[in-house]
Amino acid sequence: MTYLAKPLLRHPTLPTNRLGYTRRDYEGKISTLCAGCGHDSISAAIIQACWELEIEPHKVAKLSGIGCSSKTPDYFLGNSHGFNTVHGRMPSVLTGAALANRDLIYLGVSGDGDSASIGLGQFAHLMRRGVNMTYIVENNGVYGLTKGQFSATADQGSKSKRGAINPDSAIDLVPLALQLGATYVARSFSGDKAQLVPLIMGALAHPGAALIDVISPCVAFNNHPGSTRSYDYVREHNEAVNRIDFIPKRSEITTDYAPGEAVEVVQHDGSALRFRKLEEDFDPHDRIAAMNYVMTRQALGEIVTGLLFVDPEAGDLHQRLGTPAAPMNRLDETTLCPGSAMLERINASLR
Amino acid sequence: MKRIEAVNDFVVKFANVNGSGSASANELFARSFLRMGVPVSPRNIFPSNIQGLPTWYEVRVTEQGWLGRRGGVDLMVAMNPQTWDKDVAEIEAGGYLLYDNTKPLPASRFRPDVHAVGVPLTQMCNAAYSDPRERQLLKNIMYVGVLAALLAIDPAAIAELIGEQYKGKERLLKPNLDAFRKGFHYATEHLEDAIGLRVRRAANVGDRIFIEGNAATALGAVYGGATVCAWYPITPSSSVAEAFERYCTRLRIDKETGEKRYAIIQAEDELASIGMVVGAGWNGARAFTATSGPGISLMTEFIGLAYFAEIPAVLVDVQRGGPSTGMPTRTQQADLIACAYASHGDTRHVLLIPEDPHECFEFTAQAFDLAEQLQTPVFVMTDLDIGMNQRLCAPLKWDDSRSYDRGKLMTAEMLDAGRDFGRYLDVDGDGVPFRTLPGTHPTQGGYFTRGTTKDPYARYSEAGPDYVYNVQRLLKKHDTAKKLVPPAIEKKAGAPTRFGVIHFGSTAPAMAEACEALTERGLEVDTLRLRAFPFGDEVARFIAEHPTVFVIEQNRDAQMRTMLVNELGTDPARLVPILHYDGTPITARFITGMIADRMSGANVEPLKRDKVA
Repeated sequence: MTYLAKPLLRHPTLPTNRLGYTRRDYEGKISTLCAGCGHDSISAAIIQACWELEIEPHKVAKLSGIGCSSKTPDYFLGNSHGFNTVHGRMPSVLTGAALANRDLIYLGVSGDGDSASIGLGQFAHLMRRGVNMTYIVENNGVYGLTKGQFSATADQGSKSKRGAINPDSAIDLVPLALQLGATYVARSFSGDKAQLVPLIMGALAHPGAALIDVISPCVAFNNHPGSTRSYDYVREHNEAVNRIDFIPKRSEITTDYAPGEAVEVVQHDGSALRFRKLEEDFDPHDRIAAMNYVMTRQALGEIVTGLLFVDPEAGDLHQRLGTPAAPMNRLDETTLCPGSAMLERINASLR
Repeated sequence: MKRIEAVNDFVVKFANVNGSGSASANELFARSFLRMGVPVSPRNIFPSNIQGLPTWYEVRVTEQGWLGRRGGVDLMVAMNPQTWDKDVAEIEAGGYLLYDNTKPLPASRFRPDVHAVGVPLTQMCNAAYSDPRERQLLKNIMYVGVLAALLAIDPAAIAELIGEQYKGKERLLKPNLDAFRKGFHYATEHLEDAIGLRVRRAANVGDRIFIEGNAATALGAVYGGATVCAWYPITPSSSVAEAFERYCTRLRIDKETGEKRYAIIQAEDELASIGMVVGAGWNGARAFTATSGPGISLMTEFIGLAYFAEIPAVLVDVQRGGPSTGMPTRTQQADLIACAYASHGDTRHVLLIPEDPHECFEFTAQAFDLAEQLQTPVFVMTDLDIGMNQRLCAPLKWDDSRSYDRGKLMTAEMLDAGRDFGRYLDVDGDGVPFRTLPGTHPTQGGYFTRGTTKDPYARYSEAGPDYVYNVQRLLKKHDTAKKLVPPAIEKKAGAPTRFGVIHFGSTAPAMAEACEALTERGLEVDTLRLRAFPFGDEVARFIAEHPTVFVIEQNRDAQMRTMLVNELGTDPARLVPILHYDGTPITARFITGMIADRMSGANVEPLKRDKVA
């Protein structure tokens, strides 16, 4: 969080992508989130991913619901159109937008309250419809803007900052998305940019519904003893798992760690999340196996990250509907209006 | 015993069991009058049910062309034992009861002042057909044959209609024609002059068409350029989306590529429906949803967003009886306030109020232009009476020189030419700002759309002056809408009068008939038919010219009257509510009675200011 505007001057050595844009061209307004908020790291990862993918910034439409996470689309891709919609309803607005113009890249940013509590229904239906989009959930298990209430992804038995115990089972969006037919499903951690950036790139390039559930601990309201989203808790209980980075068209992306190696991610406050890579024989093309794997490991208290499932042949809603190849928002009366002669025939059939 | 004698002016009501296949036979009956040049006005009275519950179909035969519901029944076709007593009770004294006398009924089940006409329909069907379903279905066609003979309907007209209905389905054509003839012959042989109702050829239908309002609305959406339809099934609006799909399949598929120039999503609920419409409208596609009152309640948060973020959207509200689930298969005009002021905070929305299917088509097509011109939600307020009944109306019209008005869209060329782009900046003094569509320009014109307050350049702001500028501009925009929406239509009485009547929507045909009935009683009223909200200046002028104005509505709380008082600052004492809200369509008899009572009584004598102490 800073209110000091960054200078507009660019250092001449700032690297540009093939379109001639520097990373700065993909930035947005200055974040108003808390200092060190994981969400800002995710915004930075989005900026990096779009820059690396050489996406024209205005070809992205970024949509969100309501909440801390949903504010972030203002903080990246400043030249793109954004839409901060209604709490829990980003999926429907994005679906409509995607129907209107299939030429844009759709990025939905949401939180755990926005997607798993108030918006669970719309989340589910977007996934099952196969809208071509990247759906990033910035998941911290807590309501930040309203100061620390549990969200639906908070673990049963975990303790809020005020001391309340969460009596309800947690909703895990990853197996849910797998069950509902999402064709690209990943989990990541806001502090692991090396893992997150390629996952976002893969999702943006994916031609169907892509979910990335990004664990992004809340430094203000969910980082205390008794929370299952605190760094300490995760350090103690997380059996690190293996992971696979699967990046379409970007095989040169390398990770910071070798297979089987345990990983500790150190955060600004000195806490860490430990991850292990996925089994080397883990097959991200098997939906049922992915569900089994995630739920089995979760029962052991582990957090599985990486690309968990991808269907490279995925289709999308437009394909299912048989809509035109050109964006529908460019069609005009010459192609949409059947004209007066046809109306006369219709009149005649109604007499 | 009195016998109702009438030519080309009577009401026939069919009492049937839902799901028994009576609907197509009854429609056939109604259409046969049109083929003879005699207008009819049919109405479905149906339960919230698929099979088994009672359903009625009421056909008003009206040479004069009065298309409102008349009230009263001259001939009851009683095919439902469940409702027998109620149906028999409904017949006017001297009227007729057509029934199936296969099984004898005790005399106590009949009325001494009603002429009973028995036909052994079940017996005849059982003798002629062996398949149980066929026996049931053809009984309906058989009673149409009986009625044709009783009422002197040209059998050739019905045979022609049956032929059209089963064109290419010879297997069905033959038994239907056969059943019709069996009924016709039975009545010819056994029931000579059994009833005093007759039809006589006339030439009063003209080039009018016979169509349901919901189908006309759907066609309006096709012609108006809608490409995205997101909806959730709800009576009585579902047939709007279904008709849209049917017409799109016929009119919007590219013959060469097979590409569908439309997208229809049956959403998971009304929240998602309107969300998709808002998303598509934000991104430059013409999008609509069709719903009824409970759907509007669910959509209200999004309607507020679309109003405040200024996103075009079209909502068709086919109104039914509320609140809550209310009377889902009955008609009302009871969502006026819910729509006009939908959302928390200060909002005002544009409503278009068609009187019949012709205007459903016209207003729905226009709604897409208005939504983009004004960048706001536009509601098409129909109701079950218009939407789910076939209504005789003027043919649908389209001017081929008409192009879609996309409103103030700022293009890449305009941005490159240095035009100042403030998404919420009032540059023309009409309250309507320019908008860019996503993807317009690589470096200019991008902005962040939100439901929070912003400054004229779409930057987040909670500053009081920014908020006030914005909401005042929205009011100005609402004023601009007054000049764009269809104006109210005034009809002057034959003689000068100080009495005015304001009405709207499906009340129109009953009102036209009531005017004539009032004139016959020597009572004259000027009428004004509202066709939109906000009200144009003509509405305030009309009220100013008439010391007493009856406001006729099909709701309990006089919602339109409330809006007139609220918007125009009218003295409430001058606006006399006439309210009909039992779920049946309003009738001329009701209006005439209520207005005549008040005009002749002292209860609406306006205060003489100079005589008040």
